[in-house]
Parts: sequence; structure tokens; C-alpha cells
Amino acid sequence: MEGVIKKFLYLNRKAPYGTIYALESLEVVLIGAAFDQDISLAFIDDGVYELKKDQKTTVNDGAGIKDFSKTYRALSGYDVEKLYVDKDSMEQRGLTEADLLVPVQVLDSAQMAELMGQQDVILSF
Amino acid sequence: MKFAILVNEGPYQHQAADSAYQFAKAALEKGHEIFRIFFYHDGVNNATRLTIPPQDDRNVVERWTKLAQDHNLDLVVCIAAAQRRGLLDANEAKRNGKTADNIADGFRISGLGQLIEAGIQADRLVVFGD
Repeated sequence: MEGVIKKFLYLNRKAPYGTIYALESLEVVLIGAAFDQDISLAFIDDGVYELKKDQKTTVNDGAGIKDFSKTYRALSGYDVEKLYVDKDSMEQRGLTEADLLVPVQVLDSAQMAELMGQQDVILSF
Repeated sequence: MKFAILVNEGPYQHQAADSAYQFAKAALEKGHEIFRIFFYHDGVNNATRLTIPPQDDRNVVERWTKLAQDHNLDLVVCIAAAQRRGLLDANEAKRNGKTADNIADGFRISGLGQLIEAGIQADRLVVFGD
């Protein structure tokens, strides 16, 4: 199977804090980047909050949890550059692209369905 | 068909571990192959041999061990997720200076690369989570 390139989609559906799903999903993305696969990330539902700018979570800021949001900015260094955000999820939460810390492509639900349909592997977190 | 399975939730609290087991069992009975079952997030708790469920309930951990033995399955627990949650094999316990280990028979601890490899090798990767 050496040389096989599959389309992997990481589907991020949970808020960045409160549960560990977002952080551990990001750990899979970083490891997976070493496998030279065709990687995309999608953010839907509360997952759109993972990309919110100006997260303040450290001890000094109050919550006492490591702020891992800067890692999303580093993804391009791992050749992970296809980031998609669900339009309805973003708008329902009062967010716009200007609130996000990385450049993304905004997809409506039909386009998101099409993106999912194109994948070989979808890892849903 | 060659399946890979990802289990993202622990036993008893969530149904995902039960559903994953039922799916794996049914797939094997139908003659399909299971390349690997990978345990992530709280799913690593499926691998602790120290659970003691009530006698009239299913034993989720022993059920995995038996399925692995009967079908020679590869049950892999993510090392980073396992260490966070106190799930250790003898080697990891020694390496980290801990006095006990708790991994059940039939499971092994390894890295996230095993999950990606499973996604590449299998025809379908099926995720069981919340």
C-alpha cells in the first residue's frame, strides 16, 4: 500500500474547551500530516469555536487550560491547508470569517455534504 | 470487506463501545476482515483489566479480549490518550516510574500513526463516538 494517497477529512464538531475532543483531534491531525495523505479539516456545529480568535484560557487568564488555538495557525507548516467552515454553524453562533484565526473556505450545507462525499476516510471528533 | 474501527468513548458511560463491539462481531460473522480496532479519547478505558461490572451486566473489557483472541484481532490503544487517563502496560509503567499496570489481555499500546495507517489500509474506517 506504499504510495497510496487517500482523502482524509477531520470533522471537528465540538467546542475547544469543556471536553478534550478538539485538542485530541488536533493531535491526530499533526501525527497524520506525516503520512503524506490528502488532508482536509472541516468545522461544524460548536467546532467553529475552535477557530475563534483571541482565546484566553491560560492560568493568568482564568481558566487554567492550555490555549492550543495557535496550533491551527501552524497547520500550514505541516501542509495542512484545506480548512472548511460550515456557514450555518458559523452564522448561528454570531461569527464571521473575520472572527477566525486562520483563512478558511466557508461552505453551505450542500457543499459540505459534497466535500464529505468526496472523502475516503472521515474521522469525526 | 476490510474494516478498521475507531472507538472514541469509554465503557458503560456511552453506548459507543457496545455499538463498536456489536458491529465488529457482526462483521466478523459475515466473513469480513477487521484490520484493526483503535481506541482513542476515553475509548482507551475499554482496555483496563481493573473494571468490575455487576455480575448481571455485560463485561465490556473481557468481551473485547475474547473477541480479539477468537479472531486474532489487533486492538490498539493510543499511548498519549492512555497516559493522560492512567492506562499503562508493564513497559510504560516501568518507563514512567509507576508502580502498577492495568492493560487487559488482547490490547497493545501504540501511537496515533496506527490509526492513520488503519485508515489507509482498510476499505472502510468506521467511527464509534458520541
